[in-house]
Amino acid sequence: MAVTSTKPYVGVPRDVVANFNGKQIVYVNWEQHLLFATPFMLVVEPGMRFGDLLANVVKPLMQADPDAGAVDLTKLEWRKGKSAWQPDFAATLAENGIVHKEQLHFTTPGLNTLLAAA
Amino acid sequence: MDMKTAKKKLGLKEKYRLLTRDLGWEPSYQPKDAIYPYTQYEGIKIHDWDKWEDPFRLTMDSYWKYQAEKERKFYAIIDAHAQNNGHLHITDARYLSALKIFLQAISPGEYAAGKGFARMGREFPGVGTQVACQMQAIDEIRHAQTQIHALSNYNKFYNGFHGFADARDRMWYCSLPRSFFDDAMSAGPFEFMIAIGFSFEYVLTNLLFVPFMSGAAYNGDMATVTFGFSAQSDEARHMTLGLECIKFMLEQDPANLPIVQNWIDKWFWRGFRLLGVVGTMMDYMLPKRVMSWREAFEIYGIENGGALFKDLARYGIRPPKGWDDAGKALDHMSHQFMLALYQYNFGTTFHSWIPSEDDMAWLSKKYPTTFDKYYRPRWEHLKKLKEAGTPFHNMGLAKLCQTCQIPTVFTEPDDPTRLTQREVDYQGEKYHFCSEGCQHIFENEPEKYVEAWLPMPQLFQEPINGDLAAWMEWVSLVPGKDNGDFDGSEDQKNFDAWRDLAKSNQ
Repeated sequence: MAVTSTKPYVGVPRDVVANFNGKQIVYVNWEQHLLFATPFMLVVEPGMRFGDLLANVVKPLMQADPDAGAVDLTKLEWRKGKSAWQPDFAATLAENGIVHKEQLHFTTPGLNTLLAAA
Repeated sequence: MDMKTAKKKLGLKEKYRLLTRDLGWEPSYQPKDAIYPYTQYEGIKIHDWDKWEDPFRLTMDSYWKYQAEKERKFYAIIDAHAQNNGHLHITDARYLSALKIFLQAISPGEYAAGKGFARMGREFPGVGTQVACQMQAIDEIRHAQTQIHALSNYNKFYNGFHGFADARDRMWYCSLPRSFFDDAMSAGPFEFMIAIGFSFEYVLTNLLFVPFMSGAAYNGDMATVTFGFSAQSDEARHMTLGLECIKFMLEQDPANLPIVQNWIDKWFWRGFRLLGVVGTMMDYMLPKRVMSWREAFEIYGIENGGALFKDLARYGIRPPKGWDDAGKALDHMSHQFMLALYQYNFGTTFHSWIPSEDDMAWLSKKYPTTFDKYYRPRWEHLKKLKEAGTPFHNMGLAKLCQTCQIPTVFTEPDDPTRLTQREVDYQGEKYHFCSEGCQHIFENEPEKYVEAWLPMPQLFQEPINGDLAAWMEWVSLVPGKDNGDFDGSEDQKNFDAWRDLAKSNQ
């Protein structure tokens, strides 16, 4: 639906990938681990190997959660956006089809110390 | 020599008419549409502006008389407050976080509302409406200024107040209120009236005003209480203006109904999101609490709002679309938001902290179905990390909602174990939302929201390029003073030291 306006109005998105100096945004969410207030917002190069993203960027950010030590990030169920997805850990983000502002999710069923009461 | 006149003194009704309604005239030199170019494009049809009922019928002489009385009183009290080291009478320096948030996030909104109502006073053809809007514009500027005056004494002694204008413009959590008002101000005049005049100043106003002013009273903050009294009669006029607006629009033409309903849906949701900050303040930041957010919303939202929408049902209005989702969020949102503020507190110009055992006992009592189950385990874990010397700072930064610009901390209405994550692809770009409500607002007018200035992604663009230290300087955050845990802060140390000084002779 168009903006209610007196003449045609075209918005210019501020967060296009070109504005990020060769990097892109990827959001990563550890499902049901709500110690982390929101999914992590990562700003990384599309040429980064997905395995490196996990080991060097995601893993350190997860450490505050008591379950972090028990998680092997390469043995999980993943979703990309709304669909189930099998990552290629050796391939880059771009090769994995992870576009700018993509939302990734992984789940660790049965492992949830802080939500044990739930 | 007595001069006898035939005419008696003017009655109130006649005086009002001569000094307001009769000031306008029907244009004949230019077409009316050229003078008032924004009254058609929203689709709202007005047939008779004279049907506008201004319930207060204020003329300038009464207005200035009332306002001047309030101003004299107000400034006398805040002078006394300053002279008597009134700041030492607050319950505890944690209370200051509520004031810092108010100054950074709410006071700027008052000024924006002022600009908005000035614009309405210009854009509406009806004289009665013009006068009412112009007066509200002056009220709102006065509110912004009196708030700043009221809080200025705290700035002498405590951190986090000094950079409030930079925080307003640049701080991540301030884009919530700023985008709210920008959205309203860039809307048409009729939408602005429903957004601010009705949804904010009528439906939701008590949820902002009462918590902050009662919170001030309960926590020994005479300066803010005094502001509250000074603004109260203005707010009564604003509420009446808001209610008159919606009734006027609905009575002028049945075609206005679906447009107005759509705006009510949108602005209830945006307002509910904005007020999430208030809930957090009530439940966590007031050392002496007034009531819980849930209790406040039950009275001022559900009861009062319920009665209002029952009354408006005769026009065909139904309660806002997000009403049920709002109800489901009540027992969760304040905790979710405080947990977020705590873990990102390296980047806030106010302190947050881990609630004490007593605090948690109160939260447990007020939120019996949710606090112990979902939120206490997180707070206790954060406490453990802090005691181990590794307090949790979430460097994974926050994903923000494209519409309301809040970090997407909220959970599914029917599943508090899962974050709500909505996503829309629009013209080759992805956009993320915290809720159905925000997604719908985007989908209704995407061009308006695609250009949102979202603080977190902006942090990684020119000129800051992800440099956190540079960002702190840019937002006027002094690290080690303005940010971080209340525990161990200068504010805590100073308040305790000065209060001791006031009570002992050492």
